[in-house]
Amino acid sequence: MTSEEIYIKIEPIIKNYLPEDVSKMEISRESDLTKELNINSAHLIDIVLDVEDVFDIEIKNEDLEKLRNLNDVINLIKQKTE
Amino acid sequence: MNNRVVITGLGVCSPIGVGLPDFTKALKNGNSGIRYYSELEDLKFSCHLGAIPEVTEEKKREYLTELQLRNFKSSSILYGIIAGMDALKDAKISASKIDDDPLWDLGIIFGTGVSSVEKFRESIHKVDDKNARRLSSNTVQQIMTSGISAYLGGLIGAGNIVTTNSSACSTGTEALLLGYERIKTGKAKQMLCGSTSDHGPYIWAGFDALRITNYRYNDAPEKVPGPLSETANGFIPGSGAGAYLLESLTSAEKRGATIYAEVLGGAVNNGGQRGKGTMTAPNNKAIIKCIQAALNDSKIEGRDIEYINGHLTATSKDPDEIESWCKALNRKGNNFPFINSLKGAIGHCIGASASIEIVSALVQMKEGFIFQNNNCEPIHPEILKNISIDKIPTQTLYKTFNIMAKASFGFGDVNACVIFKKNK
Repeated sequence: MTSEEIYIKIEPIIKNYLPEDVSKMEISRESDLTKELNINSAHLIDIVLDVEDVFDIEIKNEDLEKLRNLNDVINLIKQKTE
Repeated sequence: MNNRVVITGLGVCSPIGVGLPDFTKALKNGNSGIRYYSELEDLKFSCHLGAIPEVTEEKKREYLTELQLRNFKSSSILYGIIAGMDALKDAKISASKIDDDPLWDLGIIFGTGVSSVEKFRESIHKVDDKNARRLSSNTVQQIMTSGISAYLGGLIGAGNIVTTNSSACSTGTEALLLGYERIKTGKAKQMLCGSTSDHGPYIWAGFDALRITNYRYNDAPEKVPGPLSETANGFIPGSGAGAYLLESLTSAEKRGATIYAEVLGGAVNNGGQRGKGTMTAPNNKAIIKCIQAALNDSKIEGRDIEYINGHLTATSKDPDEIESWCKALNRKGNNFPFINSLKGAIGHCIGASASIEIVSALVQMKEGFIFQNNNCEPIHPEILKNISIDKIPTQTLYKTFNIMAKASFGFGDVNACVIFKKNK
């Protein structure tokens, strides 16, 4: 899967967890999930669960610690689906 | 500090109506919210009847965002939010803005028996499947007993005490009295109080197993004997939530708020599971003592009570309750106040019973009527030995009254009684 293909699949997942005061337009691959998109840290767990379902992968606790922005998520998915 | 305390807002999510206008209409019409549920029959329950508020998906979205509703599986928190936010709105109080300070003088005491049994069940399945890591992030906040007060606290921005009480079927009355004391002693100006209860087989099962639900009318929900009836031999399990906004009289007057009633006083006590009292049955001596303590606290006499909103569950304990009221008020026969019980219309809403019933009592006081006792005839002969049949309305009675008592009793031998006075 290319990065672009992965991005298309995770963007809608991220949208579900954006707080009301953050516009969907603000999502980019570089945007920091908690600091810039203002996603509640508890919701990062839900995002991981949704990503696991969509890509049929398992994300370990150690992987979780490295996820800052969407590029990190995309790279992790790439690794796991290779 | 000895502030006077009044009720300035009500909210309700009940099997006979969601929202105050529908609920009031249903009370006057004597509607019943008791229905047949095939799920209960499929699960081989003895009683296949229940009472559940009708909440549409659209209605949910008036109170919660799509994000908040994600992985949200809690009927009790949903009902509590609807009732609680409606009470706040009815009192014309706004939630604090997201960037503002919390409302330091507004607190919440919102009770429940258990929280979110459906969510708990989902978690248990995941844990047993060795999949604890796959629980959604909002699992704790739904399962924790204080979930309902935590949700309301965030929606409102409450900055005073935010907690959950739990005392079985007296939870809603206890919540009101705890909030009353907090305002009376000057620790808060406004208190949102109430109680809520989940619906469904996982909360109702234990009562079904105790055979204290009525399993003889599975094919005729409209005919289930109600409280006070000779043939009553069990309640129908219900669910929902009721809420009231308590406020110091000074604060209410300053805001020009609509006042439903003044909380004159009240009392809670416990039968200690001694004498006739057990884990599941009341010690009548304690009930009498509780009612009398409420009268004393309110500085009124038994003769001042014009209407009683009973606990009356449609079990063999109804005649005992009537006898206790007679002894506590020192009144009987035709001299007894009017009495009714909402359980004939909405079943026994367990943790939410007291709060929905308190809302019904306050609506009656405000609008001047006493709703009918559904399916109460023939009245139990032991009851008629103590009070006149004329005091048990079988048709809604349009009548104003000034002072009323509400009592609730529950498992653990808990008792609570509150006295309200109409604001003139």
